[in-house]
Amino acid sequence: MKLSDEEQAMRRGEFGPLRQWAIEHQIRVGDYLGAADFVPVTQAHIMADTESLGRAGVEWLEHWAALAAAQRQVRVPTITDPRGTDFAQAQKLKQQPWMLDLERRAIAAFEALGVLMTDTCINYQTIMPPVRGEHVAYGDTGVVIYCNSVCGARSNFEGGPSALSAGLTGRTPRYGYHLDAQRQATLVVELSATPRELSDWGTLGGIVGRLAGDYSQVPALVGVDRVPGPDELKHFGAALASFGSVALFHIAGVTPEAMRLADVIPEGPALPTHEIGEVDLRAFRSRYANDVGEVDLVVFSAPQLSLMEMQTLAGLLDGRTAKIPLLAVTSPQVKPDCDRLGLTARIEAAGGTVLSGMCFYQSYAREMAEANGWHGLATNSAKLVNIIGGYGYRPVLLSMSQCVEAACAGGKLTANIMLKQKN
Amino acid sequence: MGRMTQKIFYAAAGMGRKVCATALVASDGFSARYDLDRIAGVFSRPEHKLAGESYVGRVLVLDGAKGGVATAWMLHEMKVRGVMPAALVLNRANPIMVQGAALADFTMISGFDCDITKAIANGAEVEVDPTAARPFIRVV
Repeated sequence: MKLSDEEQAMRRGEFGPLRQWAIEHQIRVGDYLGAADFVPVTQAHIMADTESLGRAGVEWLEHWAALAAAQRQVRVPTITDPRGTDFAQAQKLKQQPWMLDLERRAIAAFEALGVLMTDTCINYQTIMPPVRGEHVAYGDTGVVIYCNSVCGARSNFEGGPSALSAGLTGRTPRYGYHLDAQRQATLVVELSATPRELSDWGTLGGIVGRLAGDYSQVPALVGVDRVPGPDELKHFGAALASFGSVALFHIAGVTPEAMRLADVIPEGPALPTHEIGEVDLRAFRSRYANDVGEVDLVVFSAPQLSLMEMQTLAGLLDGRTAKIPLLAVTSPQVKPDCDRLGLTARIEAAGGTVLSGMCFYQSYAREMAEANGWHGLATNSAKLVNIIGGYGYRPVLLSMSQCVEAACAGGKLTANIMLKQKN
Repeated sequence: MGRMTQKIFYAAAGMGRKVCATALVASDGFSARYDLDRIAGVFSRPEHKLAGESYVGRVLVLDGAKGGVATAWMLHEMKVRGVMPAALVLNRANPIMVQGAALADFTMISGFDCDITKAIANGAEVEVDPTAARPFIRVV
Protein backbone atom coordinates (compact mmCIF):
# COMPACT_ATOMS: atom_id res chain seq x y z
CA MET A 1 0.00 0.00 0.00
CA LYS A 2 1.11 3.53 -0.71
CA LEU A 3 1.63 5.30 2.62
CA SER A 4 1.64 9.04 3.37
CA ASP A 5 4.32 10.61 5.55
CA GLU A 6 1.99 10.49 8.55
CA GLU A 7 1.11 6.86 7.94
CA GLN A 8 4.78 5.97 7.72
CA ALA A 9 5.38 7.81 10.98
CA MET A 10 2.58 5.83 12.62
CA ARG A 11 4.17 2.67 11.33
CA ARG A 12 7.50 3.68 12.88
CA GLY A 13 5.79 4.13 16.24
CA GLU A 14 6.05 7.91 16.40
CA PHE A 15 2.41 8.13 17.53
CA GLY A 16 2.76 5.43 20.15
CA PRO A 17 2.49 1.65 20.15
CA LEU A 18 -1.29 1.43 19.84
CA ARG A 19 -1.46 3.50 16.66
CA GLN A 20 1.54 1.55 15.42
CA TRP A 21 -0.35 -1.71 15.96
CA ALA A 22 -3.45 -0.19 14.36
CA ILE A 23 -1.77 0.90 11.14
CA GLU A 24 0.12 -2.39 10.85
CA HIS A 25 -3.16 -4.25 11.25
CA GLN A 26 -4.77 -2.10 8.57
CA ILE A 27 -1.84 -2.61 6.20
CA ARG A 28 -2.07 -6.40 6.59
CA VAL A 29 -5.79 -6.25 5.84
CA GLY A 30 -5.34 -3.78 3.00
CA ASP A 31 -2.55 -5.81 1.39
CA TYR A 32 -4.65 -8.98 1.50
CA LEU A 33 -7.66 -7.24 -0.04
CA GLY A 34 -5.79 -5.24 -2.65
CA ALA A 35 -6.03 -1.71 -1.24
CA ALA A 36 -3.81 0.80 -3.02
CA ASP A 37 -3.81 3.32 -0.16
CA PHE A 38 -5.81 4.65 2.76
CA VAL A 39 -8.94 6.79 2.76
CA PRO A 40 -9.77 9.19 5.64
CA VAL A 41 -12.90 8.32 7.62
CA THR A 42 -15.14 10.57 9.69
CA GLN A 43 -16.64 8.01 12.09
CA ALA A 44 -16.02 4.51 13.37
CA HIS A 45 -18.45 2.03 14.94
CA ILE A 46 -17.13 -0.92 16.95
CA MET A 47 -18.81 -4.27 17.49
CA ALA A 48 -17.30 -5.63 20.69
CA ASP A 49 -19.66 -7.54 22.93
CA THR A 50 -17.79 -9.66 25.45
CA GLU A 51 -19.11 -12.94 24.12
CA SER A 52 -17.11 -12.15 20.99
CA LEU A 53 -14.15 -10.59 22.78
CA GLY A 54 -13.85 -13.28 25.43
CA ARG A 55 -11.48 -12.78 28.30
CA ALA A 56 -8.60 -12.67 25.85
CA GLY A 57 -10.12 -9.77 23.95
CA VAL A 58 -10.93 -7.82 27.10
CA GLU A 59 -7.38 -8.27 28.38
CA TRP A 60 -6.09 -7.16 25.00
CA LEU A 61 -8.13 -3.95 25.28
CA GLU A 62 -7.02 -3.38 28.86
CA HIS A 63 -3.40 -3.67 27.80
CA TRP A 64 -3.86 -0.77 25.40
CA ALA A 65 -6.07 1.20 27.80
CA ALA A 66 -3.15 1.37 30.23
CA LEU A 67 -1.14 3.57 27.84
CA ALA A 68 -0.74 7.31 28.40
CA ALA A 69 -3.82 9.27 27.36
CA ALA A 70 -2.18 10.88 24.34
CA GLN A 71 -1.23 7.48 22.97
CA ARG A 72 -4.53 5.70 23.42
CA GLN A 73 -7.31 8.08 22.37
CA VAL A 74 -9.23 7.66 19.12
CA ARG A 75 -8.90 10.43 16.53
CA VAL A 76 -12.39 10.42 15.02
CA PRO A 77 -15.77 9.95 16.73
CA THR A 78 -15.96 6.25 17.56
CA ILE A 79 -19.12 4.63 18.88
CA THR A 80 -20.18 1.13 19.90
CA ASP A 81 -22.55 -1.61 18.82
CA PRO A 82 -24.78 -3.27 21.47
CA ARG A 83 -23.21 -4.69 24.59
CA GLY A 84 -23.72 -8.17 25.96
CA THR A 85 -26.15 -7.16 28.67
CA ASP A 86 -28.61 -4.63 29.99
CA PHE A 87 -27.22 -4.27 33.49
CA ALA A 88 -30.65 -3.29 34.84
CA GLN A 89 -32.22 -6.53 33.61
CA ALA A 90 -29.32 -8.98 33.81
CA GLN A 91 -30.68 -10.79 36.83
CA LYS A 92 -34.02 -11.31 35.13
CA LEU A 93 -32.22 -12.81 32.13
CA LYS A 94 -30.21 -15.04 34.50
CA GLN A 95 -26.93 -13.73 33.18
CA GLN A 96 -24.02 -14.61 35.43
CA PRO A 97 -21.87 -12.17 37.46
CA TRP A 98 -18.78 -13.08 35.45
CA MET A 99 -20.50 -11.88 32.28
CA LEU A 100 -21.31 -8.54 33.85
CA ASP A 101 -17.80 -8.22 35.24
CA LEU A 102 -16.34 -8.82 31.80
CA GLU A 103 -18.72 -6.25 30.32
CA ARG A 104 -17.73 -3.65 32.91
CA ARG A 105 -14.05 -4.23 32.20
CA ALA A 106 -14.59 -3.90 28.44
CA ILE A 107 -16.57 -0.68 28.92
CA ALA A 108 -13.86 0.81 31.14
CA ALA A 109 -11.20 -0.04 28.57
CA PHE A 110 -13.16 1.45 25.67
CA GLU A 111 -13.87 4.60 27.66
CA ALA A 112 -10.16 4.95 28.35
CA LEU A 113 -9.62 4.80 24.58
CA GLY A 114 -12.06 7.68 24.10
CA VAL A 115 -14.82 5.54 22.61
CA LEU A 116 -18.41 6.72 23.09
CA MET A 117 -20.46 3.86 24.51
CA THR A 118 -23.57 4.33 22.42
CA ASP A 119 -24.34 0.57 22.44
CA THR A 120 -26.52 0.60 19.38
CA CYS A 121 -26.87 -1.11 16.02
CA ILE A 122 -29.31 1.55 14.79
CA ASN A 123 -26.97 4.53 14.97
CA TYR A 124 -28.24 5.52 11.53
CA GLN A 125 -31.66 6.07 13.11
CA THR A 126 -30.54 7.60 16.38
CA ILE A 127 -26.99 9.03 16.49
CA MET A 128 -25.65 10.59 13.29
CA PRO A 129 -26.56 9.09 9.91
CA PRO A 130 -23.73 9.49 7.39
CA VAL A 131 -24.33 11.41 4.18
CA ARG A 132 -23.88 10.27 0.61
CA GLY A 133 -20.23 9.79 -0.27
CA GLU A 134 -19.02 9.97 3.32
CA HIS A 135 -16.29 7.43 4.07
CA VAL A 136 -16.82 5.69 7.41
CA ALA A 137 -15.62 2.55 9.19
CA TYR A 138 -18.65 0.79 10.60
CA GLY A 139 -19.02 -2.54 12.30
CA ASP A 140 -22.27 -4.53 12.52
CA THR A 141 -23.27 -5.70 9.08
CA GLY A 142 -26.76 -4.21 9.46
CA VAL A 143 -25.27 -0.79 10.08
CA VAL A 144 -22.93 -1.08 7.11
CA ILE A 145 -25.52 -2.20 4.60
CA TYR A 146 -28.07 0.43 5.65
CA CYS A 147 -25.55 3.26 5.58
CA ASN A 148 -24.05 2.15 2.26
CA SER A 149 -27.38 1.55 0.58
CA VAL A 150 -29.91 3.97 2.06
CA CYS A 151 -27.57 6.80 3.06
CA GLY A 152 -25.09 6.37 0.20
CA ALA A 153 -22.14 6.31 2.58
CA ARG A 154 -19.04 4.21 2.00
CA SER A 155 -17.95 1.49 4.37
CA ASN A 156 -16.78 -2.09 4.32
CA PHE A 157 -17.64 -4.55 7.06
CA GLU A 158 -15.21 -3.43 9.73
CA GLY A 159 -14.90 -5.96 12.51
CA GLY A 160 -14.06 -4.70 16.00
CA PRO A 161 -10.26 -4.66 15.66
CA SER A 162 -10.42 -2.87 12.31
CA ALA A 163 -13.05 -0.36 13.39
CA LEU A 164 -10.96 0.45 16.45
CA SER A 165 -7.93 0.80 14.20
CA ALA A 166 -9.84 3.23 11.99
CA GLY A 167 -10.83 5.26 15.04
CA LEU A 168 -7.19 5.41 16.13
CA THR A 169 -5.65 6.24 12.76
CA GLY A 170 -8.56 8.21 11.27
CA ARG A 171 -8.43 6.18 8.07
CA THR A 172 -9.09 2.78 6.58
CA PRO A 173 -7.69 0.80 3.65
CA ARG A 174 -9.31 1.85 0.39
CA TYR A 175 -10.84 -1.34 -1.00
CA GLY A 176 -14.31 -2.74 -1.59
CA TYR A 177 -17.17 -0.30 -1.09
CA HIS A 178 -14.94 2.76 -0.84
CA LEU A 179 -14.40 2.36 -4.61
CA ASP A 180 -16.87 3.49 -7.28
CA ALA A 181 -16.40 0.35 -9.37
CA GLN A 182 -17.42 -1.96 -6.50
CA ARG A 183 -20.74 -0.18 -6.04
CA GLN A 184 -22.29 -1.19 -9.35
CA ALA A 185 -24.97 -3.87 -9.36
CA THR A 186 -23.96 -7.46 -10.01
CA LEU A 187 -27.44 -9.01 -10.12
CA VAL A 188 -30.98 -7.78 -10.66
CA VAL A 189 -33.96 -8.92 -8.61
CA GLU A 190 -37.42 -8.38 -10.05
CA LEU A 191 -40.13 -8.31 -7.40
CA SER A 192 -43.71 -9.25 -8.16
CA ALA A 193 -44.79 -8.82 -4.53
CA THR A 194 -43.73 -5.94 -2.31
CA PRO A 195 -43.51 -7.02 1.35
CA ARG A 196 -45.87 -5.46 3.92
CA GLU A 197 -44.78 -6.70 7.33
CA LEU A 198 -41.31 -6.03 8.73
CA SER A 199 -40.79 -9.79 8.95
CA ASP A 200 -41.55 -10.03 5.23
CA TRP A 201 -38.93 -7.42 4.44
CA GLY A 202 -36.51 -9.57 6.44
CA THR A 203 -37.73 -12.61 4.51
CA LEU A 204 -37.02 -10.85 1.24
CA GLY A 205 -33.57 -9.92 2.54
CA GLY A 206 -32.93 -13.56 3.37
CA ILE A 207 -33.96 -14.74 -0.08
CA VAL A 208 -31.89 -12.13 -1.89
CA GLY A 209 -28.99 -12.82 0.46
CA ARG A 210 -29.04 -16.47 -0.44
CA LEU A 211 -29.15 -15.60 -4.14
CA ALA A 212 -26.24 -13.19 -3.82
CA GLY A 213 -24.27 -15.20 -1.30
CA ASP A 214 -21.05 -13.26 -1.34
CA TYR A 215 -19.54 -10.00 -0.11
CA SER A 216 -18.73 -8.83 -3.62
CA GLN A 217 -22.33 -9.12 -4.81
CA VAL A 218 -24.55 -6.03 -5.11
CA PRO A 219 -28.22 -6.75 -5.78
CA ALA A 220 -30.41 -4.17 -7.50
CA LEU A 221 -34.15 -4.51 -6.87
CA VAL A 222 -36.85 -3.43 -9.27
CA GLY A 223 -40.60 -3.66 -8.93
CA VAL A 224 -41.01 -2.27 -5.41
CA ASP A 225 -44.43 -0.65 -5.62
CA ARG A 226 -43.91 2.05 -2.98
CA VAL A 227 -41.12 3.76 -1.08
CA PRO A 228 -40.24 1.51 1.87
CA GLY A 229 -39.80 3.10 5.28
CA PRO A 230 -36.61 3.13 7.34
CA ASP A 231 -37.67 0.21 9.55
CA GLU A 232 -38.58 -1.86 6.51
CA LEU A 233 -35.22 -1.19 4.89
CA LYS A 234 -33.54 -1.84 8.24
CA HIS A 235 -35.01 -5.36 8.41
CA PHE A 236 -34.38 -5.98 4.71
CA GLY A 237 -30.75 -4.90 4.91
CA ALA A 238 -30.00 -6.70 8.17
CA ALA A 239 -31.29 -9.99 6.76
CA LEU A 240 -29.58 -9.48 3.41
CA ALA A 241 -26.26 -8.90 5.15
CA SER A 242 -26.79 -11.80 7.52
CA PHE A 243 -27.82 -14.42 4.97
CA GLY A 244 -25.61 -13.24 2.15
CA SER A 245 -22.67 -11.36 3.68
CA VAL A 246 -23.84 -8.54 1.39
CA ALA A 247 -22.85 -4.93 2.20
CA LEU A 248 -24.69 -2.88 -0.42
CA PHE A 249 -28.00 -3.03 -2.28
CA HIS A 250 -29.84 -0.70 -4.60
CA ILE A 251 -33.58 -0.24 -5.08
CA ALA A 252 -34.42 1.47 -8.34
CA GLY A 253 -36.09 4.80 -7.73
CA VAL A 254 -35.54 4.60 -3.96
CA THR A 255 -31.92 4.41 -2.85
CA PRO A 256 -29.72 7.39 -3.69
CA GLU A 257 -27.29 5.81 -6.14
CA ALA A 258 -30.05 4.13 -8.15
CA MET A 259 -32.57 6.83 -8.94
CA ARG A 260 -32.61 5.06 -12.31
CA LEU A 261 -31.72 1.40 -12.54
CA ALA A 262 -29.35 2.28 -15.38
CA ASP A 263 -27.26 4.32 -12.94
CA VAL A 264 -25.99 1.16 -11.25
CA ILE A 265 -25.89 -1.25 -14.20
CA PRO A 266 -22.36 -1.67 -15.55
CA GLU A 267 -21.60 -1.79 -19.23
CA GLY A 268 -21.13 -5.23 -20.70
CA PRO A 269 -23.11 -8.45 -20.64
CA ALA A 270 -26.58 -8.44 -19.10
CA LEU A 271 -26.60 -9.13 -15.38
CA PRO A 272 -28.12 -12.31 -13.96
CA THR A 273 -31.77 -11.64 -13.18
CA HIS A 274 -33.98 -13.38 -10.62
CA GLU A 275 -37.70 -13.11 -10.00
CA ILE A 276 -39.12 -13.20 -6.47
CA GLY A 277 -42.81 -13.37 -5.66
CA GLU A 278 -45.21 -14.27 -2.90
CA VAL A 279 -44.60 -17.99 -3.37
CA ASP A 280 -40.93 -17.50 -2.62
CA LEU A 281 -41.64 -15.43 0.49
CA ARG A 282 -44.01 -18.11 1.75
CA ALA A 283 -41.54 -20.92 1.09
CA PHE A 284 -38.79 -19.10 2.97
CA ARG A 285 -41.01 -18.44 5.99
CA SER A 286 -42.07 -22.06 6.14
CA ARG A 287 -38.45 -23.14 6.61
CA TYR A 288 -38.57 -21.58 10.07
CA ALA A 289 -41.95 -22.83 11.21
CA ASN A 290 -42.80 -26.27 10.06
CA ASP A 291 -41.82 -28.42 13.00
CA VAL A 292 -42.09 -26.06 15.98
CA GLY A 293 -45.41 -26.34 17.79
CA GLU A 294 -44.62 -24.23 20.79
CA VAL A 295 -42.13 -21.55 21.76
CA ASP A 296 -40.63 -20.61 25.11
CA LEU A 297 -40.10 -16.93 24.46
CA VAL A 298 -40.68 -14.11 22.03
CA VAL A 299 -37.83 -11.78 21.10
CA PHE A 300 -37.92 -8.49 19.23
CA SER A 301 -34.29 -7.65 18.50
CA ALA A 302 -31.67 -7.72 15.75
CA PRO A 303 -31.78 -4.90 14.90
CA GLN A 304 -32.76 -2.92 18.00
CA LEU A 305 -36.26 -1.51 17.75
CA SER A 306 -36.92 2.05 16.69
CA LEU A 307 -39.33 4.29 18.58
CA MET A 308 -41.99 3.52 16.00
CA GLU A 309 -41.55 -0.23 16.36
CA MET A 310 -41.83 0.17 20.13
CA GLN A 311 -45.03 2.15 19.65
CA THR A 312 -46.48 -0.55 17.40
CA LEU A 313 -45.58 -3.25 19.90
CA ALA A 314 -47.11 -1.30 22.79
CA GLY A 315 -50.32 -0.97 20.78
CA LEU A 316 -50.46 -4.70 20.06
CA LEU A 317 -49.98 -5.50 23.75
CA ASP A 318 -52.50 -3.04 25.18
CA GLY A 319 -55.04 -4.95 27.23
CA ARG A 320 -53.21 -8.26 26.65
CA THR A 321 -50.98 -10.43 28.83
CA ALA A 322 -47.89 -12.21 27.61
CA LYS A 323 -47.75 -15.60 29.33
CA ILE A 324 -44.19 -16.38 28.31
CA PRO A 325 -41.16 -14.06 28.33
CA LEU A 326 -41.50 -11.32 25.72
CA LEU A 327 -38.34 -9.30 25.26
CA ALA A 328 -38.26 -6.01 23.35
CA VAL A 329 -34.73 -4.77 22.77
CA THR A 330 -34.05 -1.16 21.90
CA SER A 331 -31.18 1.32 22.01
CA PRO A 332 -30.09 3.51 24.93
CA GLN A 333 -31.13 6.49 22.80
CA VAL A 334 -34.69 5.22 22.16
CA LYS A 335 -35.33 3.79 25.64
CA PRO A 336 -35.59 7.14 27.46
CA ASP A 337 -38.18 8.29 24.93
CA CYS A 338 -40.08 5.04 25.45
CA ASP A 339 -40.01 5.69 29.18
CA ARG A 340 -41.05 9.33 28.80
CA LEU A 341 -43.83 8.54 26.34
CA GLY A 342 -45.25 5.66 28.36
CA LEU A 343 -44.37 2.91 25.85
CA THR A 344 -42.15 1.03 28.30
CA ALA A 345 -44.91 1.06 30.90
CA ARG A 346 -47.48 -0.23 28.41
CA ILE A 347 -45.23 -3.09 27.22
CA GLU A 348 -44.27 -4.05 30.76
CA ALA A 349 -47.89 -3.82 32.01
CA ALA A 350 -48.62 -6.59 29.51
CA GLY A 351 -45.84 -8.74 30.89
CA GLY A 352 -43.12 -7.78 28.42
CA THR A 353 -39.60 -6.71 29.27
CA VAL A 354 -37.92 -3.74 27.63
CA LEU A 355 -34.16 -4.13 27.29
CA SER A 356 -31.74 -1.38 26.37
CA GLY A 357 -28.25 -1.30 24.90
CA MET A 358 -27.92 -5.00 24.17
CA CYS A 359 -28.91 -7.34 21.38
CA PHE A 360 -30.30 -10.78 22.08
CA TYR A 361 -27.82 -12.85 20.11
CA GLN A 362 -24.85 -10.82 21.34
CA SER A 363 -25.75 -11.42 25.00
CA TYR A 364 -24.60 -14.93 25.85
CA ALA A 365 -27.62 -16.44 24.14
CA ARG A 366 -26.49 -20.02 24.73
CA GLU A 367 -26.01 -19.47 28.46
CA MET A 368 -29.34 -17.65 28.72
CA ALA A 369 -31.05 -20.57 27.00
CA GLU A 370 -29.53 -23.07 29.41
CA ALA A 371 -30.28 -20.97 32.50
CA ASN A 372 -33.88 -20.23 31.52
CA GLY A 373 -34.81 -23.46 29.76
CA TRP A 374 -35.40 -21.58 26.51
CA HIS A 375 -35.52 -23.56 23.30
CA GLY A 376 -38.29 -22.48 20.94
CA LEU A 377 -38.05 -18.81 20.04
CA ALA A 378 -40.45 -16.68 18.02
CA THR A 379 -39.30 -13.43 16.46
CA ASN A 380 -40.10 -11.11 13.60
CA SER A 381 -36.40 -10.75 12.78
CA ALA A 382 -35.17 -12.84 9.86
CA LYS A 383 -31.64 -11.96 10.91
CA LEU A 384 -32.21 -13.43 14.34
CA VAL A 385 -33.64 -16.70 13.01
CA ASN A 386 -30.56 -17.03 10.81
CA ILE A 387 -28.19 -16.64 13.74
CA ILE A 388 -29.86 -18.13 16.75
CA GLY A 389 -30.05 -21.77 15.63
CA GLY A 390 -26.31 -22.05 16.21
CA TYR A 391 -26.90 -21.15 19.86
CA GLY A 392 -29.23 -24.11 20.35
CA TYR A 393 -32.59 -22.41 19.77
CA ARG A 394 -35.34 -23.51 17.40
CA PRO A 395 -36.51 -20.25 15.83
CA VAL A 396 -39.83 -19.41 14.22
CA LEU A 397 -40.22 -16.39 11.98
CA LEU A 398 -43.56 -14.64 12.48
CA SER A 399 -44.90 -11.12 12.13
CA MET A 400 -44.87 -8.84 15.16
CA SER A 401 -48.60 -9.33 15.69
CA GLN A 402 -48.30 -13.12 15.39
CA CYS A 403 -45.45 -13.07 17.91
CA VAL A 404 -47.69 -11.16 20.33
CA GLU A 405 -50.49 -13.66 19.73
CA ALA A 406 -48.10 -16.52 20.46
CA ALA A 407 -46.86 -14.86 23.65
CA CYS A 408 -50.43 -14.33 24.86
CA ALA A 409 -51.30 -17.95 24.02
CA GLY A 410 -48.54 -19.16 26.34
CA GLY A 411 -46.22 -19.94 23.47
CA LYS A 412 -48.59 -22.27 21.63
CA LEU A 413 -48.41 -21.76 17.90
CA THR A 414 -52.09 -22.33 17.33
CA ALA A 415 -53.53 -23.22 13.96
CA ASN A 416 -54.92 -19.74 13.72
CA ILE A 417 -51.52 -18.16 14.20
CA MET A 418 -49.79 -20.50 11.78
CA LEU A 419 -52.52 -20.10 9.18
CA LYS A 420 -51.68 -16.40 9.07
CA GLN A 421 -48.04 -17.37 8.72
CA LYS A 422 -48.74 -19.44 5.64
CA ASN A 423 -50.87 -16.82 3.96
CA MET B 1 -6.29 -30.68 -15.09
CA GLY B 2 -9.17 -32.74 -13.76
CA ARG B 3 -10.66 -32.85 -10.33
CA MET B 4 -8.55 -34.66 -7.66
CA THR B 5 -5.64 -35.17 -10.05
CA GLN B 6 -4.04 -31.82 -9.32
CA LYS B 7 -2.24 -31.88 -5.96
CA ILE B 8 -1.38 -28.22 -5.45
CA PHE B 9 -3.85 -25.35 -5.53
CA TYR B 10 -2.72 -21.74 -5.57
CA ALA B 11 -4.62 -18.97 -3.79
CA ALA B 12 -4.93 -15.30 -4.63
CA ALA B 13 -3.94 -14.20 -1.13
CA GLY B 14 -2.82 -15.55 2.19
CA MET B 15 -1.58 -14.67 5.64
CA GLY B 16 -0.19 -16.42 8.69
CA ARG B 17 2.16 -19.36 9.01
CA LYS B 18 2.64 -22.64 7.17
CA VAL B 19 0.62 -25.48 8.71
CA CYS B 20 0.06 -29.18 8.04
CA ALA B 21 -3.12 -30.88 9.32
CA THR B 22 -6.15 -32.92 8.35
CA ALA B 23 -8.68 -31.19 6.12
CA LEU B 24 -12.34 -30.80 7.14
CA VAL B 25 -14.17 -29.98 3.93
CA ALA B 26 -17.70 -28.88 3.04
CA SER B 27 -19.44 -26.85 0.41
CA ASP B 28 -20.80 -24.46 3.01
CA GLY B 29 -19.88 -21.12 4.55
CA PHE B 30 -18.15 -20.07 7.74
CA SER B 31 -19.00 -17.76 10.58
CA ALA B 32 -17.61 -18.22 14.08
CA ARG B 33 -20.76 -16.68 15.56
CA TYR B 34 -23.37 -18.41 13.45
CA ASP B 35 -21.90 -21.85 13.03
CA LEU B 36 -19.74 -22.80 16.01
CA ASP B 37 -20.02 -23.87 19.60
CA ARG B 38 -16.70 -22.33 20.47
CA ILE B 39 -16.55 -23.87 23.93
CA ALA B 40 -17.08 -27.43 22.71
CA GLY B 41 -15.08 -26.81 19.52
CA VAL B 42 -17.73 -28.17 17.17
CA PHE B 43 -19.95 -26.90 14.38
CA SER B 44 -23.27 -26.34 16.14
CA ARG B 45 -25.65 -24.86 13.61
CA PRO B 46 -28.01 -27.69 12.66
CA GLU B 47 -28.22 -26.59 9.02
CA HIS B 48 -24.44 -26.53 8.55
CA LYS B 49 -23.03 -29.42 6.54
CA LEU B 50 -20.42 -29.99 9.24
CA ALA B 51 -22.89 -29.90 12.16
CA GLY B 52 -21.54 -31.93 15.05
CA GLU B 53 -18.00 -32.14 13.64
CA SER B 54 -15.01 -30.98 15.69
CA TYR B 55 -13.01 -28.26 13.97
CA VAL B 56 -10.15 -28.19 16.49
CA GLY B 57 -6.79 -28.56 14.80
CA ARG B 58 -8.32 -29.11 11.36
CA VAL B 59 -7.73 -27.20 8.15
CA LEU B 60 -11.21 -25.94 7.33
CA VAL B 61 -11.83 -25.95 3.59
CA LEU B 62 -15.07 -24.09 2.97
CA ASP B 63 -16.83 -22.03 0.38
CA GLY B 64 -16.92 -18.52 1.81
CA ALA B 65 -17.42 -16.22 4.73
CA LYS B 66 -20.92 -15.71 6.02
CA GLY B 67 -22.72 -13.56 8.47
CA GLY B 68 -21.60 -10.86 10.82
CA VAL B 69 -18.52 -9.15 12.11
CA ALA B 70 -17.96 -11.14 15.31
CA THR B 71 -15.45 -13.51 13.74
CA ALA B 72 -12.98 -10.62 13.70
CA TRP B 73 -12.70 -10.95 17.51
CA MET B 74 -13.58 -14.61 17.86
CA LEU B 75 -10.59 -16.06 16.01
CA HIS B 76 -8.34 -14.29 18.52
CA GLU B 77 -10.38 -15.55 21.46
CA MET B 78 -10.38 -19.10 20.09
CA LYS B 79 -6.63 -19.02 19.52
CA VAL B 80 -5.85 -17.88 23.05
CA ARG B 81 -7.93 -20.75 24.46
CA GLY B 82 -6.37 -23.19 22.00
CA VAL B 83 -9.75 -24.35 20.67
CA MET B 84 -9.43 -23.38 17.04
CA PRO B 85 -8.89 -24.70 13.55
CA ALA B 86 -5.37 -25.00 12.18
CA ALA B 87 -6.23 -22.86 9.16
CA LEU B 88 -9.03 -21.54 7.01
CA VAL B 89 -9.05 -22.19 3.27
CA LEU B 90 -11.89 -20.40 1.50
CA ASN B 91 -13.05 -20.01 -2.04
CA ARG B 92 -13.93 -16.43 -1.10
CA ALA B 93 -12.94 -14.46 1.99
CA ASN B 94 -14.78 -11.38 3.13
CA PRO B 95 -13.06 -8.54 5.01
CA ILE B 96 -14.13 -9.87 8.41
CA MET B 97 -12.23 -13.11 7.96
CA VAL B 98 -9.15 -11.19 6.84
CA GLN B 99 -9.39 -8.79 9.78
CA GLY B 100 -9.88 -11.65 12.22
CA ALA B 101 -6.96 -13.60 10.81
CA ALA B 102 -4.78 -10.49 11.00
CA LEU B 103 -5.59 -9.91 14.68
CA ALA B 104 -5.11 -13.56 15.62
CA ASP B 105 -2.09 -14.12 13.38
CA PHE B 106 -4.07 -17.02 11.99
CA THR B 107 -3.39 -18.96 8.81
CA MET B 108 -5.82 -18.27 5.98
CA ILE B 109 -5.68 -18.44 2.20
CA SER B 110 -8.45 -17.70 -0.29
CA GLY B 111 -9.27 -17.22 -3.96
CA PHE B 112 -8.76 -20.20 -6.26
CA ASP B 113 -9.29 -20.87 -9.93
CA CYS B 114 -11.39 -23.90 -9.00
CA ASP B 115 -13.90 -24.80 -6.29
CA ILE B 116 -11.48 -25.74 -3.53
CA THR B 117 -14.19 -27.59 -1.58
CA LYS B 118 -14.42 -30.03 -4.48
CA ALA B 119 -10.70 -30.21 -5.09
CA ILE B 120 -9.68 -31.30 -1.58
CA ALA B 121 -11.08 -34.52 -0.16
CA ASN B 122 -12.49 -34.49 3.35
CA GLY B 123 -9.95 -36.09 5.67
CA ALA B 124 -6.98 -35.50 3.40
CA GLU B 125 -3.68 -34.52 4.98
CA VAL B 126 -2.84 -31.09 3.62
CA GLU B 127 -0.16 -28.45 3.78
CA VAL B 128 -1.22 -24.80 3.72
CA ASP B 129 1.53 -22.28 3.01
CA PRO B 130 0.55 -18.61 2.99
CA THR B 131 4.21 -17.54 3.13
CA ALA B 132 5.06 -18.81 -0.34
CA ALA B 133 5.35 -16.36 -3.22
CA ARG B 134 2.06 -17.87 -4.36
CA PRO B 135 0.10 -19.07 -1.32
CA PHE B 136 -1.11 -22.63 -1.76
CA ILE B 137 -2.74 -25.72 -0.32
CA ARG B 138 -1.57 -29.16 -1.33
CA VAL B 139 -2.39 -32.72 -0.42
CA VAL B 140 0.60 -34.44 1.19
